[in-house]
Amino acid sequence: MCGIAGVFNLYGDREIQKETLRRMVAILRHRGPDGYGFYIDKRIGLGHARLSIIDLEGGWQPIHNEDKTIWITFNGEIFNYRELRVDLLSKGHEFYTKSDTEVIVHLYEDHGVDCLNYLNGQFAFAIWDRNIERLFIARDRVGIRPLFYTFIDGSIIFASEIKALFTDKRVKREIDPLALDQIFTFWTTILPRTSFRGIFELPAGHYLLIESGNWKIKQYWDLDFTPDTNVKTDAEYAEDLRELLIDSTKLQLRADVPVGAYLSGGIDSSVITTLIKKYTDTPLRTFSVTFSDEAYDESDYQKQLIKYLNTDHSNIKCTYSDIGKVFPEVIWHTEKPILRTAPAPLYLLSKLVRENGYKVVLTGEGSDEVLAGYDIFKETKVRRFLEKYPDSKLRPLILKRLYPYLVNSPVRSLQYAEAFFKVDTTDYPAQYYSHIPRWVTTEKTKIFFSTKLKEELRGYKNVDELSLFLPDDLWKYDYLSQAQYIEAKTLLPGYILSSQGDRVAMAHSIEGRFPFLDHRVIEFCCKLPPHIRMNALKEKYILKESMKDLIPPSIIKRIKQPYMAPDSKSFLYGESLHYIEELLSEKYLRDTEYFDPRAVSMLIKKSRQSPILGFKDNMAIVGIISTLLLHHTFVENFDTESKEAVERVIENKEYAVKV
Amino acid sequence: MQLKSDIRKFIVENFLYGKDDGLDDEVSFLGKGLIDSTGVLELLAFVEEKYGISVVDEELIPENFDSINRLSNYISRKTVDQ
Repeated sequence: MCGIAGVFNLYGDREIQKETLRRMVAILRHRGPDGYGFYIDKRIGLGHARLSIIDLEGGWQPIHNEDKTIWITFNGEIFNYRELRVDLLSKGHEFYTKSDTEVIVHLYEDHGVDCLNYLNGQFAFAIWDRNIERLFIARDRVGIRPLFYTFIDGSIIFASEIKALFTDKRVKREIDPLALDQIFTFWTTILPRTSFRGIFELPAGHYLLIESGNWKIKQYWDLDFTPDTNVKTDAEYAEDLRELLIDSTKLQLRADVPVGAYLSGGIDSSVITTLIKKYTDTPLRTFSVTFSDEAYDESDYQKQLIKYLNTDHSNIKCTYSDIGKVFPEVIWHTEKPILRTAPAPLYLLSKLVRENGYKVVLTGEGSDEVLAGYDIFKETKVRRFLEKYPDSKLRPLILKRLYPYLVNSPVRSLQYAEAFFKVDTTDYPAQYYSHIPRWVTTEKTKIFFSTKLKEELRGYKNVDELSLFLPDDLWKYDYLSQAQYIEAKTLLPGYILSSQGDRVAMAHSIEGRFPFLDHRVIEFCCKLPPHIRMNALKEKYILKESMKDLIPPSIIKRIKQPYMAPDSKSFLYGESLHYIEELLSEKYLRDTEYFDPRAVSMLIKKSRQSPILGFKDNMAIVGIISTLLLHHTFVENFDTESKEAVERVIENKEYAVKV
Repeated sequence: MQLKSDIRKFIVENFLYGKDDGLDDEVSFLGKGLIDSTGVLELLAFVEEKYGISVVDEELIPENFDSINRLSNYISRKTVDQ
């Protein structure tokens, strides 16, 4: 796990300064604090900041092929590298390291861009092929590892994080109004758009190819929900899933350093920790977040599992002010506005893991997307039922099954609940049915946009841009699969795996690994009949079936509680945070011109006084604060020189491969 | 009438954040998208706290809560009852 960076001159030879690359990797040093490497040739420069996990002695990057004509800078893990290596050796390839990185170079020699189809892993990399003067940049199938790029003065500059691109003074640092419109609707931008004008993100499952003066972006993998024609019994499906998860967990434990696991108390991390305990020799070391606010806390379930698995466990207890205090650092890492504070506790958790000497953790992330765990899937089913059977006597019963974990449940009044679930979907393409209530609710936060911002957005319809990004034939799938597809292409890479995943883990040099997102597991789950994923209103039905004799019944049967953290309370309760006073002052709001100062002041007043605050207000508060922090950090106060960081890189184990 | 103007003030401050764009007494809060699921509970807390009424679940229905007029009628009725 590492940080990568590079510069490529599109129109021929032009010298690339090592200093440029050095600045880029210096600012990514949290991703790779163990050493730095560079490769510079006539029109290309590659940089690398390394977190050593596999082949600790030999795996320094950039890495090359036998005759040094193909070079790679790589961030991530190839879990099946041992098998691939054996195969490549038998075909006559010579290796000079024991790393997983070198495997990609030789695979590329044999298969070109199709090498991607052989990789089981999570990655972003750039390969320079001198033989045909080709630059090949790729990202893993679901978007676990990040890759951003921009074009400037005839060059493409790319890196694991946007801040590395900003170390080039010529790159403009401006928040994109359309990105704000998208984030305050979908929680994420629609790729390749990012929060910053002119900065792009390579979408998951895509590669970028530049050769002979042309460049193109191509998709090499996608989720496919076409059902398998070979229908099996529930027990057979459960058995197959279990076998696959055992294998993906084993594979993802491969490392030359100790591997830990997150334990939330929910079923997904319970599955992963249990499989480690029961099917591998890896000593089980676990970590969790608990909350002082009981509404968010899952300690009771965590304790049950810790006892059951007899694991060596550490946890961090989060208070409101813990979240508020670290939030500016969190936004330095997310590089985009967020509407919930949930990444902040995970930022603190990765710090705890690091302090305990671990670099790698397995987590249950991805299960809700591939096995239909989220409430949005249940809600969709309920809405469709209510529309189809207006007179059914089951209506009140069904409504009551939604959101039982919420303190302020929307179903307290059935008449109101029915009204809320009756959402007008006519303005949207039918295939977005599942997500319209979420988007409509979130979009209400735009009431706080300033007149200037609203003016800039006049006539812009974000859903049209979404329709260009998503395929237009989702109707070919059943309703559940449509919803899962949208979730897996928007929120999963745009928030869960990035702001709440890679960025807050790598902030403390921690690599997350996700056995549920092994592409074999995804492909298997997508092909299951929908009722096997969600049976009636039982979410993750087949996962529970497959694990029922391994995991305590109290965990299997517990009502799903989504991971959330206190939002507005983290900023507005208790001791006052100096940056909040400054950012939310009338002057700062007026100067920055994103939000309406009067409306924001009313929202803050309401938040401080009201005993109950809804999703919309909470999202607005977190969204406003994070947008202003983004502006403050990257637009106003960004140090392009980062001299101090560069000096630390030079002093600290710089490893120049070829300059 | 004081009651209606208090309700209006609450709605404008808490659901429109000061942007009173001609909120009619008959306008449905639901229809205008002013109130979400928590909004109803915010409204409920306001009514219970400010007017000392205790609302039972059966009364928490759009017929009583879904416009300035409906809510003011409901509060008037309840305060007389009590």
